[in-house]
Amino acid sequence: MSTVVLLALTGLGLAALYFLIASGLSLVFGLAGVLNFAHGLFLSVGAYVTWWSAPHLGLPLAVVAGVVAAAATGALVELAMIRPLYARHTEQVLVTVGLSLAGVALLQSIWGADARVFPAFAFTGNVTTVLGAQVPDDRFLLIGAAVLVLAGLLAFLRFTRYGLVIRAGVENRTMVKALGIDVRNAFTLVFAIGGALAGLAGILGGMYFTSISPGQGGSLLIFAFIVVVIGGLGSVTGSAVAAVVVGLLQQFVNYYGASGAGDVSVVALLAIVLLLRPAGIAGKAATA
Amino acid sequence: MKRSVPLVLLLAAIVLPWSALSVPGLFDGPLNSPGTLQLLAVCLVFGGLALGYDLLFGRAGLLSFGHALHIAGGAYGVDILVSHYGWPLWTAIAVTVPAVATLAALLGSVALKTSGIAFSMVTLAFAQVGHILVNRDPGGLTGGEEGLPLATAGLPGGLVGVVNTVNLYWFALAFLVVTVLVVHAVDRAPLGRTLIGLRDDERRIAVVGLSPYRLKLLAFVVSGALAALGGAVYVLVAGGASPHVASSEFTLALIVMAVLGGAGTRWGAVAGGILYAFLDQRLAHLGGRLPGPLGQPLFVLGTLFILAVYFVPGGLAGLRARVEPIRRALRRPAEAAS
Repeated sequence: MSTVVLLALTGLGLAALYFLIASGLSLVFGLAGVLNFAHGLFLSVGAYVTWWSAPHLGLPLAVVAGVVAAAATGALVELAMIRPLYARHTEQVLVTVGLSLAGVALLQSIWGADARVFPAFAFTGNVTTVLGAQVPDDRFLLIGAAVLVLAGLLAFLRFTRYGLVIRAGVENRTMVKALGIDVRNAFTLVFAIGGALAGLAGILGGMYFTSISPGQGGSLLIFAFIVVVIGGLGSVTGSAVAAVVVGLLQQFVNYYGASGAGDVSVVALLAIVLLLRPAGIAGKAATA
Repeated sequence: MKRSVPLVLLLAAIVLPWSALSVPGLFDGPLNSPGTLQLLAVCLVFGGLALGYDLLFGRAGLLSFGHALHIAGGAYGVDILVSHYGWPLWTAIAVTVPAVATLAALLGSVALKTSGIAFSMVTLAFAQVGHILVNRDPGGLTGGEEGLPLATAGLPGGLVGVVNTVNLYWFALAFLVVTVLVVHAVDRAPLGRTLIGLRDDERRIAVVGLSPYRLKLLAFVVSGALAALGGAVYVLVAGGASPHVASSEFTLALIVMAVLGGAGTRWGAVAGGILYAFLDQRLAHLGGRLPGPLGQPLFVLGTLFILAVYFVPGGLAGLRARVEPIRRALRRPAEAAS
């Protein structure tokens, strides 16, 4: 029983990371139609800025700095790189591919290819007993952060004017433009939000894995892609549900099955979902 | 006249190993030294791999992020059969390539249920399984992160040893020629035109009564088979398989090659592949001497790629069309003067 509880909470912690990455990715994709390969770079920017500034600013301020830097990177990438290629979707994807390659190499040239020890809040080293299981507190930090972000994001999308534009834009961008609303500012905003969420994921991931390396963003990104497709493109709730399913499945199968089987089973789940519902859990329009 | 250019280039490439010419700056040794031939062989393999990928990307408009899976399938398949089970090389290739093509048919039939960017993500996910498997070293077959060196026992004598690098070079050239023949045959066949029709507007093809799904699947399988063959040749040239060939970065590199050269054009992807592989190797070699991020080949290549997307949309192949008006403008005053 205690093993199951520990696995479940660890799986949910992982799900929290996937959700933070996937929700930004999904909104960017749903609104702007860009598969953002540079999303992993935003994650690394957040993590490295926090790691670098923690000794100077103290950890709480460093976390804020990391999130802000990642959000700024996201907005900058949209303004400088995506916008000039307006309506050329393949080229937009290609540019983010180039950026992901060059960005990781740039991080490597500054901080080296080796993993760096990441600072963590003192309390995350503690252990809480839940139903007989000894659960490290960093799991609760991850889950708590993701739940707060989910609530905040849904409130933003539901109750603010920009949220309305974004939701409408995800549904039907042409219609929103026809109504005379400039969706381009919403693009920048969504990239900034996505960057901030990815940066937060990078920081929390650094604490969870206790280290960061330039390539870390890329490997998390692939599972976030899977979460986005399973959840249905453009849907935040879909991403949340898919993240929980993927995180739990991966954790349990990795523990009870052969090594690496968890990762493989996640892709098998993706194949099954696609065969049954090509547009994902929350997707409405059939894409095939 | 124009048609004979590729033939002349091919002849030059065939006789190149007999030349002891040195090209300082480009190569460290003379053209016929094993080091230079090895580098050229890698470039030729990448030229072929990039063209095989461009059958999907440039022709059919399918932005697959999982091409590395098929290359790794060919590379590891042949390597495992030769090194662990002692199969002869030719038998190993003859078994591996159809096996990978079958796998491509299976995965393609699922992935092609989606379209556009979702297709890219799904192919990426499938390829990731390959990367995970290779890294986990199931049953000690793949050698994990260390990679699997190719045992020389099962190889024909002519492909073993530094002295025989020239044969590997010709082998790589042969692979490139095979890929060019296959892809250009597809281009000329009705299939090629249908694929381009699919890329431009899928509904048009469906209206004519053809099944877009089946045509795309066919392109996916042909391209997967070419990738497997390329993987097998790559194992020979590189002397073994490494997990890098299964990684998503490897697929991204192929995309960069195709776009740099000019996706969907006759020779663009080949030129892009050769150029990319050459720069990658040379920059890694010069890396220690260049300051800061310039020492990272991927930084230079990534930046070059981004600039190419903005400023040279047609890639290398598009350059001539862009230079042509300038040349004509320059020629006109001269003609007027005479």
